[in-house]
Formats: sequence, structure tokens, C-alpha cells
Amino acid sequence: MSRFSGFFSSSIGKKMTVALTGLFLCIFLVVHLWGNLQLFYADEGFALNKYTVFMTTNPLIKFISYVLYFSILWHAFKGLHLAWQNRRARPVRYAVTNGKANSIWASRNMGLLGTVILVFLAVHLTNFWAEYHWGELPYTKYVVDLGTGEILGTEDVTGQGYSEKGFVLTDIENEQEIHVYKDMYKVVEAGFQQPLIVLLYLVSMIALGFHLRHGFQSSFQSMGLNHPKYNGAIRWVGTVIFGILIPIGFATMPIYFYFFHTT
Amino acid sequence: MELKSNIPEGPLAEKWTRYRSSVPLVNPANKRHLEVIVVGSGLAGASAASTLAELGYKVKVFCFQDSARRAHSIAAQGGINAAKNYQNDGDSTYRLFYDTIKGGDYRSREANVHRLAEVSGNIIDQCVAQGVPFAREYGGLLSNRSFGGVQVQRTFYAAGQTGQQLLLGAYSALMRQVGMGKIAMYSRHEMLDVVVIDGKARGIIARNLITGKLERHFGHAVLLCTGGYGNVFYLSTNAMGSNVTAAWKAHKKGAFFANPCFTQIHPTCIPVSGDHQSKLTLMSESLRNDGRIWVPKKKGDARPANDIPEDERDYYLERRYPAFGNLVPRDVASRAAKERCDAGYGVGPSKMAVYLDYASAFERYGQIEAAKQGLVDPDKETIKRLGKEVVKEKYGNLFDMYEQITGENPYETPMRIYPAVHYTMGGLWVDYDLMTTVPGLYALGECNFSDHGANRLGASALMQGLADGYFVIPYTIGSYLSKEISTKAIPTDHPAFEEAERNTQAQIDRLLNVKGSRSVDYYHKKLGKITWDKCGMARNEQGLKEAIGEIKALREEFWQNVRVPGDQHELNPELEKAGRLADFLELAELMCMDALHRNESCGGHFREEYQTADGEALRDDENFSYVAAWEYKGEAGYELHKEHLTFENIKIAQRSYK
Amino acid sequence: MKLTLKVWRQKNREAKGAFETHQIDGISPDMSFLEMFDVLNEKLINEGKEPIAFDHDCREGICGTCSMFINGRPHGPKRGITTCQLHMRSFQDGDTIVVEPWRAGPFPVIKDLVVDRSAFDRIIASGGFVSVNTGNAQDANSIPVAKEDADDAFDAAACIGCGACVAACKNASAMLFVSAKMSQLAHLPQGQPERRRRALAMVAQMDKEGFGNCTNTYACEAECPKLISVSNIALMNREYLGATVKSDE
Repeated sequence: MSRFSGFFSSSIGKKMTVALTGLFLCIFLVVHLWGNLQLFYADEGFALNKYTVFMTTNPLIKFISYVLYFSILWHAFKGLHLAWQNRRARPVRYAVTNGKANSIWASRNMGLLGTVILVFLAVHLTNFWAEYHWGELPYTKYVVDLGTGEILGTEDVTGQGYSEKGFVLTDIENEQEIHVYKDMYKVVEAGFQQPLIVLLYLVSMIALGFHLRHGFQSSFQSMGLNHPKYNGAIRWVGTVIFGILIPIGFATMPIYFYFFHTT
Repeated sequence: MELKSNIPEGPLAEKWTRYRSSVPLVNPANKRHLEVIVVGSGLAGASAASTLAELGYKVKVFCFQDSARRAHSIAAQGGINAAKNYQNDGDSTYRLFYDTIKGGDYRSREANVHRLAEVSGNIIDQCVAQGVPFAREYGGLLSNRSFGGVQVQRTFYAAGQTGQQLLLGAYSALMRQVGMGKIAMYSRHEMLDVVVIDGKARGIIARNLITGKLERHFGHAVLLCTGGYGNVFYLSTNAMGSNVTAAWKAHKKGAFFANPCFTQIHPTCIPVSGDHQSKLTLMSESLRNDGRIWVPKKKGDARPANDIPEDERDYYLERRYPAFGNLVPRDVASRAAKERCDAGYGVGPSKMAVYLDYASAFERYGQIEAAKQGLVDPDKETIKRLGKEVVKEKYGNLFDMYEQITGENPYETPMRIYPAVHYTMGGLWVDYDLMTTVPGLYALGECNFSDHGANRLGASALMQGLADGYFVIPYTIGSYLSKEISTKAIPTDHPAFEEAERNTQAQIDRLLNVKGSRSVDYYHKKLGKITWDKCGMARNEQGLKEAIGEIKALREEFWQNVRVPGDQHELNPELEKAGRLADFLELAELMCMDALHRNESCGGHFREEYQTADGEALRDDENFSYVAAWEYKGEAGYELHKEHLTFENIKIAQRSYK
Repeated sequence: MKLTLKVWRQKNREAKGAFETHQIDGISPDMSFLEMFDVLNEKLINEGKEPIAFDHDCREGICGTCSMFINGRPHGPKRGITTCQLHMRSFQDGDTIVVEPWRAGPFPVIKDLVVDRSAFDRIIASGGFVSVNTGNAQDANSIPVAKEDADDAFDAAACIGCGACVAACKNASAMLFVSAKMSQLAHLPQGQPERRRRALAMVAQMDKEGFGNCTNTYACEAECPKLISVSNIALMNREYLGATVKSDE
């Protein structure tokens, strides 16, 4: 086992772990965005709330979420640790540097961008994740047609003594399902009415874009995956999908709720 | 003192084999106690040091550069010869031997050269095993090219950076031994004297260039692998730091200096652009394969090259040497350029340059390429464009280099070239064992005089450096060290060490205390002008006599008026340069004396008085078929010793390239 | 040309350095950057001042000795060349040029613009070689090497060990240098027997010297005078991972 401790304390080993956790977080982002796009269903949060229950109760997802927490912490703190170490490798700084002549801005500012994202994560998790787990959330009851899946009616059932994340009752007689959920949708709706939060989200998504524009392809390089045939594709995915589309996808949510959504 | 070359008995082809089978060996247990000092970390030094350490000797290596990898061998471009006959074109050890002797204008020692040819193949094997990335064919086997006007393809190469790759191979072998603790590496250390005890070399005095401290180092034997003295001309293709100091200090301690007037001028260098010029850059000789060299027919023609019509151009090499044309050997091409420029036909701002023109190559390659692509009746512009693409493929890096230095685009206007000092065939006299006239003191590579006679063939310098280091010295040093096994390491407080250090200190003090008004470079440039003008590509009696007088006067002035700022106990590049120049100022005189005494023209030594009716070099085998080995006699000057050369295996002939 | 030079001066390793400003006139655009320094030093000597120490040797871009950080970039503003190959025509009359030494913890300043790069030697000594004693070798053509592999090996082997990669990297990482040597030998059959051992040893030595870690900014590749590719670093990462997984050590 000692040989692996050598690996993890070596420069290359450390950066590989950062790369690996980073790539995992990239995958998470895709899933997270996919899930959250359910905010845009015009169903008063039914799909999203149902999905939220699934994501917080399914044992496999739960397991993965622990990996996720670990990845976030490792990626952030190992990354910062490396940035600190790297600074120490140049005890006397240059008076003049011209970094833009040899590298892209994002690549030189991953620590800064990462820190912005870390701050964002703290706010984001407090607002939603912690709120969902431990906060006093509203409850909503949805009545769904068993045959068509159509939502027949909703009702605010907050303060009626519910404590579960959600449950489903089947009313065979009326061919209906009764869903009662902690209403995450309402939390989001309310959260994105606050200008400061919206601003933070937008800035953070820009930071995320830059972070990923460098980070995605950089992870491949760190893992040793660099081949002229595939570099172009990797860079393209890193820039277009992770650098632009995904952050825009996330940014549409606060924008939509702040500017266009009416309750 | 009589010169004993110690050439083994027997037929030429068997001498080395017999020698190796009979030379005394040193028991491995004894090797551990024998210390060898290697000065210089170029091809010769690094290869010798690593090999001796592999054999079990205790080795110390010194170099003035910040790393062993920086030695000037790194700058060699073209390639390395070896008689492998991989191309099945009739090459053999004998042919390589013959070409080298002939190329050297019959002024080298047969036995040494034959040995060089014999081990040449082993060098390639060794380097490939080290991971030197030589050029290869698609079949995975090594590629060869022809070089320097020989009729076989025996040159191995790694793009235009063969010297670099070979040196890095030798350097990696050296560093491996350093890592194993078998070699102690002293970089940024300059050897400033040899310590001789009871007539034998027993160590050196070196200056730590960072702290300025003088250090004493003992060795049972001392190997000088310190390169050539081309910088005696100030401007040369040598690195700025290349110097003669180690060899010269050895000379003053009793090692004879042989053939100092044999210096090689390379014809295709980028011309001097002004007084600020600090060094000259070589462009590979391969450019002459496709380029045509010319000057205007009209004296002092100031028109731009492209405005001079075809019939007003003088392709003087093609005119004078119809058989070889632009591919005549280096010395011939160089002298022809000088002749034209001296006669007033030179081009460029300095008028000391000739054109190397690729226009006809663009056209020739363009036409071939157009035919390949099946273009019918392509117009002139298309042909030119296609031709330029082909040339770019072949010589792109050289063209880029030219543009970088001169700021001119060589695809549009012809390049300007002029000869420059490139290599020195002369050096410390050594016997067959590579031992100088001081027992225990060896000279390897360009530092010695042994293998190239009066002129070196292209791609042979790398071969010689590595042959000496990898395959010669490991055997021949045994002949000496086997008798030294009972010599205990001599403590460095021995009076001889003290005296040597005192003398070195005295010279440093003297340099620092002149406190004159002119910089070291000022004197170096002046020396360079004298040597280049009067002992350069062409020499004559009157000029040489003047040069000797001027050098003496300059030396005197140097010691009266040089300004060396700073002090000894710090990194002080001016002090380093001053010490080196002091030695060049002495060597320059000997070089001119040697050139003056050699009343013939041969190889790199062209005496204007000795030429044929049509201006070719005229050798005098009757009177000058010898190695001129000069002994230092202090104030009294230098005494000439002759080692007569006998050619038993080769028929001497006049070199002709017509 | 007339120029203002701000040059780092530092007496020795321990001393504290500072910038010194010099005006210099009469510079020809045909001069190399180092020849401009020669002129400046000549002037300083004539004025009775101490000339500026800088490293240089071959002055044709192959020895790797010269090492100036010019206006925020190693070897100055042009791509694919060393300081000695930089000519004054790349600057404008009246420019101010800031010249600093390579800066990295493992490259301590010895004096003025001269730094100690012996860390590179120690890295090579740790494993940047093929263990073959003189005389061990078989015939050079007995092992064919695909031309592509030989070319790749050569491209990596073109490294001149100048340290511009470290100087350019915001982390002072030496990975381009280390990976170039590892990659050269990994591409050749001769390098295979020691492949894992080499990867582990060279990386360990690199870390021990105190170089920073690579964050893939690729500044090294952009500033490398020999244009060594960062794909070598990826290869080194692979080599190291492979060696860790497979080696017995």
C-alpha cells in the first residue's frame, strides 16, 4: 500500500485526483442540469418535487451523493492546497509578467474561479440542500389522473402535520393518485425573487463557465489522455458544452424566475 | 626531447587489435583507488568520464558551464561518420581511413586515423543503445546521407542537431554515473593549471566560478577534453566561452602544442553585420547541395541581387571548378569567396559576403513537383511556389534561422554568406595513447591534434570526440595507470599544488590589479582582427611577421591597460574572460609562428607564396610532411620538434577538385 | 535605437536584489539581445561600474545557457527562439525593456540574471538515461524503430534544458522538461526496460527539488524555444500512473 501513498503525495498523483474528481463533478453537473430543467414544466413543481424525493431517497443515488460530497471537498481543498504549494515554488515573484501571451486567462485563474464557485456552493447548499433537509418547507398536494398522468388539481397543504419528503396514495376508485411533496419548487421560486441571490448565481455561472472551459480538457491532460486526434473534440466539448451551454442552462433558472415567472 | 608516437608494431589494420590484446590491464580492485580528472564535458569528456567510471575508476569531471550538457559539442549540426556500410555503397574502414587522410591533406598519422575508422561503427551502436534518436527510414533502420563531398553515404544524423543529440546521450551516461556516486561533477569550475609532480600530471587547480575560490584536486591522471581554440579569432562559430586556457596551461607545463596553424574555415556562415557582432552562426553545409554561389561580374555593383541579370552574375565556383562546382571542400570554397571579396566583388553592406542563391533550385524542384502533380504547362509563378514548398521542406529551419538573424527573407532574395572560423585541427600533441608529452596528461577530442591533419572532413569531429572518449582512452589509459597502482593519492598540500595555486593566484591578482581603461572584449576584438586578417584564410610571410609583432605589442598593452571590474570572490565573467584572453594572446603568437615556419600550403593553412599557377594550394611533402610540435621554453620562446609522418598504406597525391 | 533597460541586479545568492535602470543609445536593429547587453556592459565597464552578469554561451540557440525574462516572458516576445536568437528589430526605438532572471525556488539567483539550474542535472541523474555501459551495445540496426517513433523521440529530445518552461509557468513547474526526457526514452525500444523505474525516480526527484505542480496552462509549450509539446506531459502522467500501478516498488 505504501506505493500508493507515494502516488497520492506526488505532484502527479495529486493533480490526477483533482482531475478525476473534477471530471466526476462535470458528470454531476450534466445530471443536475437535466434534473433541474424540470423547473420549466408548467406543472407547479410536480415533476421537480417528485424528482427531488427520488434523488434524496434512492439508495444508489444516496451512495453516489456521498461520493459527490467527497469529490467536492477533495477537489476544492486539494485544488486550493496545490495552488498554495505552487505559489510557494516561486518565492520571489516577477515584477512583470505577460501571461496572456502564452496562456488563456481561465487557466491561470483556476484557484480564483474555483473559490468563487466554492462560495457559491456554500450559499447554494444552504439555500436549497440544507433547507430541503432541515428547513420548514411548504407542502403541496397534487391530484393526478391515473390514466393520463394529467394533473387534475393542486392544493397547498403546508402546516398539516406532514414530515415526510413525500408520498403517493392511489385512489383506485377515482382512478387518481394523490401526491404530497415537500415543495422544493416554491423554495426555488421564492429564492430567485431576491436580486442578490440572482446576481450571485449569474456571476458564479460565469465563473463556472471559465472554470470548466479550462478544467474539462485539463482533466484529460492530467489523466494522461492527450492525443492529437481527440484533443480537438475534447476541447470543443470543454468549451462549448461545459464552458458555455451548461452554465447558460443553469443561469436560465434564476433569470427565468426573476424576470419572467409570475406566481 | 624526442617525440615518441608509440605506434604499435604490425600491419596497419591489426595495430589496434593487437594493442588492445596486449595493453596492460588494471585489476578492478585497483581501479577503485585510481583517480582520474576529466576537464571538459563535451563529447570527448563526457564519454571518457562515463566510460572510465563504468570501468570502476574514481572520476572527477570539471566544466566551466553551468551544466555538463552545455558543452559546445552541442552545436554541431551535420552528422557523424561511421564506416558501417549500411547503404551497401562500398564503404569500409579502409575507405573512411583513406578519405580522412586525404581530406586532411596528408598531415595526419596513419595509425591514429585507422583506429578512428575502426571504432567508428561502435560509436553508432553505443549511441543508439543510449537512446539517441537518429534519423530513420520507414523500415525502421538508420538513415544515412552523404556529407562533405565523399562518395559514400556514411553520415548518421538527427535532423540538423546531431551534436546536440550525441552530447545529450553522452551527458545522460555521465549523469547516470553522477547519480550512482561514481563521478563527482564540478560544473561552473574552470581549470587554471595542471599540477605536475616528479614529471607526471597529478592534478589540477580549478577556480570555483561562483565563489571565486581556488581549489586543488588530485588525480592519478588528468584528461583534457577542452575543445579547440577557434576563439583566438574572436569571431568564430565557437561558443563565447570556448577557450584554450586548459590546453595552454598544460602547454606551459610541458605538453607540446602541435600544428596550431591548422585552423578550419567554414564557407557557409552568416556574414558579420557590424562591430557589435559577438559570434558567427554557421549554416549547414548541406545548403551548398542545392544553392548556387555567385557575385556580380561588375566590381562594386550596388544593385539589389534580384536586379542583377543572369548574364552579369559570376558563378565563380562553377567557373573555376567545373567538376565539383559549388560542392568543393570547405577550404577551397572559403578561399574562393575571400578571393572574390578581396578583389572588390563582395556584396551586402560590408562588401564581405557572397550570394548563395536558391532561385534555380526553386525552379528545378518546382518543375519536378509540377510533373508529379500532373500539371500541364504550369506558369512560372506556380513552378516557383511549388519549388519553394519543396525547399522549405528540406531546408526550412535553416532559412528561418537566416531570416531571424538577418531580417531578410531568403525565399525572396538570395542569402549572403561568408566563411568563418569553425574548427581547429591543431592542438596538444599526443601519442597513440592520446597522452601528451607530460606523462599522465591526456588530450582528447578537438583539444588534441591527432586525427584531422591539416583539414577536417565534415561529420568527423563528432566521430573523433566520441571515439577518443568511448573506445580509445578506456584502453590506452590502462597502459599508464597499470603502473600507478601503488601510487597513493597525493595530499593536496604537496608543495607542487601550493606552487601551482600560488601562480594561479598571482595571475588573478595581476589581472585585477592592472585597473586600466579598456575592457577585455576590446582587446579580444583587436586580437581577432590581427589573427583573422593575417593568419586567417590566407597567410603570407610578411603578414605573419607583422602579426607576430602586433600580437606582442597588443599583449603588452593588455597587461598594462586592461580593466577587470569586480573581484575574485564572486561570479565575475570579466575575470574569466580576461584569463582566457591572456592565454589566447600567447597562443596567437605561436599560431602565427607555426604558420610562418610552414612554407607550404596544405588544408586549412594557405600560404599565398605557395600556390599553383591557378591559385590552388601547393603542398611540399618533401620538406613539410611532419607534425610541428612546439615546446614552451618560457621567455626563450618555443622550440620546434618534428614528428615525421610516414605513409605506408596510402599513396600521396595532389588534391584536385577540378 | 535608444532604449531604457530595467535590469535586475543582485550581488549574490543571499543578497537582496533590486532593479537598476539604464539608458542605452546607438543600438542597431541587427544586434542580438545579448549583443545589446554586451554594448551595455562595455559602457558600464568604461564608466567604472560593474557589468551585469548573465548566462550565455553558444549564441545560436542550442546550448540552452541564456535565460532572460524579458518584458514578462522567458526569452522575450518571439516564439520558438532563445534570448540569444532574439534581435533588437523586435523592439521599437524608445522602448522600455524589463529584464529579470528566471524566478523559481529551485532556481536560486547566483548573481544578477544568472541562476542555478543544477536541479535539472539532478533530475536527469535520477533516471534520464538508458543504463548501457560502453561496449554493451548490439549492432545499431538490430532493433528497428518505426520512423514515427524515432521522430517523436527526436521532437522530445530537442529540449535544450534552458528552463524557460519553469520560468514561464505560473507554478514554476518543471514538468515539460522532465516529461520531454521521459517521453524521448519511452518512445524508443532502448528505453523500455527501465521505463517504470525511470518514471518513478524522475518524478520523485522533480518533487524533491521543489518545483510547482502542473495546472495545464500550457504556457511552457508556448514559451519553449524548441516548441516541445505538452503532450509529453500527458505521456508522463500516464507513465507515472502505469508505473505506480504495475511496479513492484
